[in-house]
Amino acid sequence: MLQYSWLIPLLPLVGFLINGLFRKKLSHTATTIIGSGVILASFIVSVFVFFEVKAGASGIINLFPFIEVGKLNIPFSFQIDALSSLFLLIITGIGFLIHVYSSAYMHHETSDHFARYFAYLNLFVFSMLLLVMGSNYIIMFIGWEGVGLCSYLLIGYWFKNNDYNYAARKAFVMNRIGDLGFLLGIFWLVAKLGTIQYNEVFLAESLAKLTPTDIAAVTLLFLVGAMGKSAQIPLYTWLPDAMAGPTPVSALIHAATMVTAGIYMIARSQALFNLSQLTQNVILYIGLATALVAASIALKQNDIKKVLAYSTVSQLGFMFLGLGAGAYVGSIFHVLTHAFFKALLFLGAGSVIHGMGGEQNIGLMGGLSKKMKITAFTFLMACIAISGIFPFSGFFSKDEILLYVYAKSPILYVVALFAALLTAFYMFRLYFLTFTGTFRGTQHKADHLHESPSAMTIPLIILAIFSVSAGIFGLPTLLTGSQSGHWLQQFLNPVVKNGPLHHISHTTEWALIAVALIGVFGAIRLAYVTTKKGLVNNNEKGFAGLLQNKWYVDEAYNAAVVQPVLSTAGFFNKYVEKLGIDKLVNSVGTGVKYAGKETRHLQSGLIGNYLLWMVIGIMFLIIIITDPLKTMLEGNKPAPQPAIQNNIKVPQQP
Amino acid sequence: MIALLLFLLPLLGGIITCLIPQNATAKGVSLFVAICIFALAAAGFFYTPQGSQALSINYSWVSTFNANFALQIDGLGTIVCMLCAIVFPVIFLSIWHRNYGSTYYGLMLLAQAGMMGVFMAKDGLLFYFFWELALIPVYFLSSIWGNEHKVKYAFKFFIYTFLGSLLMLAGLIYLNFLEPTHSFAIKDLAAINLPHNTEQWLFWVFFIAFAIKMPIFPFHTWQPDAYEHTNTGTTMVLSSVMVKMGVFASICWLLYMFPNVDVLNLNIVIGLSVFGMLYASFLAMKQNDLKRLIAYSSIAHIGLMSAALFTKIGIGWQGVAVQMFAHGINILGMWMVVEFIEQRTGKRKISELGGLAQSQPTLAIMFVIIALANIALPLTNAFVGEFLMFNALFQYNIWVAAAAGLSIIFAAVYTLRMVQYVLYGQAKTYTNNFAIQPHELAAFGIIIVAIFIMGVYAKPMLTLATDVLQYLR
Repeated sequence: MLQYSWLIPLLPLVGFLINGLFRKKLSHTATTIIGSGVILASFIVSVFVFFEVKAGASGIINLFPFIEVGKLNIPFSFQIDALSSLFLLIITGIGFLIHVYSSAYMHHETSDHFARYFAYLNLFVFSMLLLVMGSNYIIMFIGWEGVGLCSYLLIGYWFKNNDYNYAARKAFVMNRIGDLGFLLGIFWLVAKLGTIQYNEVFLAESLAKLTPTDIAAVTLLFLVGAMGKSAQIPLYTWLPDAMAGPTPVSALIHAATMVTAGIYMIARSQALFNLSQLTQNVILYIGLATALVAASIALKQNDIKKVLAYSTVSQLGFMFLGLGAGAYVGSIFHVLTHAFFKALLFLGAGSVIHGMGGEQNIGLMGGLSKKMKITAFTFLMACIAISGIFPFSGFFSKDEILLYVYAKSPILYVVALFAALLTAFYMFRLYFLTFTGTFRGTQHKADHLHESPSAMTIPLIILAIFSVSAGIFGLPTLLTGSQSGHWLQQFLNPVVKNGPLHHISHTTEWALIAVALIGVFGAIRLAYVTTKKGLVNNNEKGFAGLLQNKWYVDEAYNAAVVQPVLSTAGFFNKYVEKLGIDKLVNSVGTGVKYAGKETRHLQSGLIGNYLLWMVIGIMFLIIIITDPLKTMLEGNKPAPQPAIQNNIKVPQQP
Repeated sequence: MIALLLFLLPLLGGIITCLIPQNATAKGVSLFVAICIFALAAAGFFYTPQGSQALSINYSWVSTFNANFALQIDGLGTIVCMLCAIVFPVIFLSIWHRNYGSTYYGLMLLAQAGMMGVFMAKDGLLFYFFWELALIPVYFLSSIWGNEHKVKYAFKFFIYTFLGSLLMLAGLIYLNFLEPTHSFAIKDLAAINLPHNTEQWLFWVFFIAFAIKMPIFPFHTWQPDAYEHTNTGTTMVLSSVMVKMGVFASICWLLYMFPNVDVLNLNIVIGLSVFGMLYASFLAMKQNDLKRLIAYSSIAHIGLMSAALFTKIGIGWQGVAVQMFAHGINILGMWMVVEFIEQRTGKRKISELGGLAQSQPTLAIMFVIIALANIALPLTNAFVGEFLMFNALFQYNIWVAAAAGLSIIFAAVYTLRMVQYVLYGQAKTYTNNFAIQPHELAAFGIIIVAIFIMGVYAKPMLTLATDVLQYLR
């Protein structure tokens, strides 16, 4: 089956072409069947590929030469191994559920826009699959920019609204900042190694050719790319704005798949990153800061999608934290579990928004669990999972990361744990405000409140099952006593391994778990108490206001980057170009014109004047002909030594 | 034979078209001739192996000056001649709704003849002759058809580039004097053993001629003016093919004739190019007129080509060769979008446009694809070339590459700004907003197909581009 793995990205591409080209002719049903069907087919192929890889197969599938220049040879080829096959399952599996969900969620769109939506979604899946399947950094980069494009197109899907268009542009441009870093890293590898094929770069003899500076530079540049795509500080502000897109898009692109591309890239390049302690530390601290800052902002957001968006940023921070601490498999594990519960949360939020007729402010919700039982229950499952409560999936993945952080430094562990507790708090604050208590919206909304159709609730249920149970893929050795690590570690072992872990006694491990669980329950209790009255303040003051206003980071970026760029552009436009260069050019022109006007007076008609000019001219000609031109015409003799050199001769010392 | 025909066909076609009294017939004939030229080029290059006799000729021409009518098409020549051959039918298609009169179409073909000649000439005087033959029709085209300021800016364009041409002519004559047999053949000119200092100032003489044509900062100010005020058909010719003359000449003439130019001089040129990239990108962010915006965007892209080629690194040269074609296609697409919009709305200021995606969904798709190609998204044609050029720039100097790389971000900024203000937002009502016409669809189709074929499967073009290395001395 491995040799047919090119079908996996090809099918979504075909779906994109059909839905895109025939969007005016296809009915809603036809679009849904084509759009979701191709993803389902990809998923089925991915499952076969996955089991083959599990049985020990792996390989590189060469399709055609892409860039062949001199010694640089970059084929269009795919690499199928444990890491990519796992991501294939996540992308196509969750992708399929979200396609099905979308068919109901987007049903009110006219058929051509409905088809446009599915075309974009298919194109996204195609790009994401290229990203993880590529066997070199260029194919990864193709997918990398491709998902950025689809993200742009889908954020700005409702293109009549200019706010959404700005959000889309912001996402694309911020991603491009990261992309530049990624590209420079690729150039660096090309310059030093002459190859960017994974299996050639990660060879020991290739790595030996790289100096420590090379490694640090390449990994830091790659990290810049990862920060852009995975919304890490300082390139995270696009992700909350990206919530302008349809909610299923937020679930698929801005939670489950695209934003984890940075983690995939670093895990894929583990051989490089392992060699640079500096980069690992940078990743560690960036991840920690992102986890904490984003969680703090989420505390005070009142838009259901904004809470989830900052939660996503924060969870991505946890994944980076894990990468930095050496828990590579733990981070991928968290990508997996997070894909389930965060997709579920977003789809649940979509279901709520659907039922609420487009309302996103949790201040106007409350008590929804009465009318939306499935949505409420599945949402609760996801909240428990993300909060890290045993034995839900989030517990295991977060625990593995936190354990590595503890081994690194107990102080960092405390900070990370604090961020995890914030997670529990804001998630349950969101849950309580949305689903419990009494309804705070208008009577009109209350009357229309309804559970979503089964095309939406069935994906919720499936995701909920996985959110609860996905922990079994990574039961800690503490519970199983296994010597060779948990299932995911064994599966990924040929490609990605956790870093070395200082020995931590079982007692300490149990204690850490106990502390974390007690803290989480405390945070949930606190969330329950503070939301009991159902009061939501949209105008917080003081520190809470600072959090609600997202630490004013957007404003700071605007002042520090956007405005300076625009004023530079304005300065160039107004002064350098128009009053400077062009003025100079034009004045040469007018100067010649003026000179012409003045020289005309020479044509005075007075013979004496003409004679005078003639004499001057003849003398001028004589000078020219006798001197430089003559030497020029008489062949190409080396120019005589300039006299000046004789003059500066150093006087001979007696 | 193919080489001669590629020059003669547009020349004769152009003269005949000029003489046809019925404008509608002239339009048809010009399109027919352009398609024939394309078919000839495509078939010729496809069936003729590189280095074949059919791709070169050599007659005695002006024997007084020892100048020969020597044409030859090598790998790079194939790329640019193909560009020149494919661009003209598309231009004629995309302005099919206009009725400019037979002279217009005739002059277009004459310009094509000149440009074909430039890309094939292997004799200095002949090269200069073609260089002017291309310029003069374009001057008339831009000064007769355009807005009310056209004469003024066409004159500026003409004087500016003509000044450059004269510098080149002076340089060529000087070289001819130095050459022992007083030959103009490029091989002989390149073989002259120039004194070091002479080589340096001759480099600058030729460089300025070509820099004006490309154009490179700070010799660029004629371009936005000329683009803005002339008719879009002429703008297409200017920016898709004519600016490539400067790039082409820098490789095949400038650096080939003067291989021992000081690194300092090359550094200055690269510095100007990279600064110009960023400078033009900044300016593009501030433009309100679509034509000026695209003009500055083009200056930024040409700046990258120029920077990469003056690094004298092979991988960069191959990138430049590929990019010349890609840029020609993409910028042509951009102008087609402008023509489309201006025709329907009578507007070109992005502040006055908006919401076109609702009334013109097909245009929206074309525009977005072309815009994405313009910012070199992978799998579009511009990516491969930019990737190679940036690699060369990186090998030349990391910091220069990083600075030039900022243009990758800036390109996204100004291109998406343009896309947003033109296509998205609330719909506005426009005077004459009719649906896309078949000839426009055909022209757009060719561009889109070219963008993707070259973007996905660049190998044939890259193979041709390998030949450019023969000029790297």
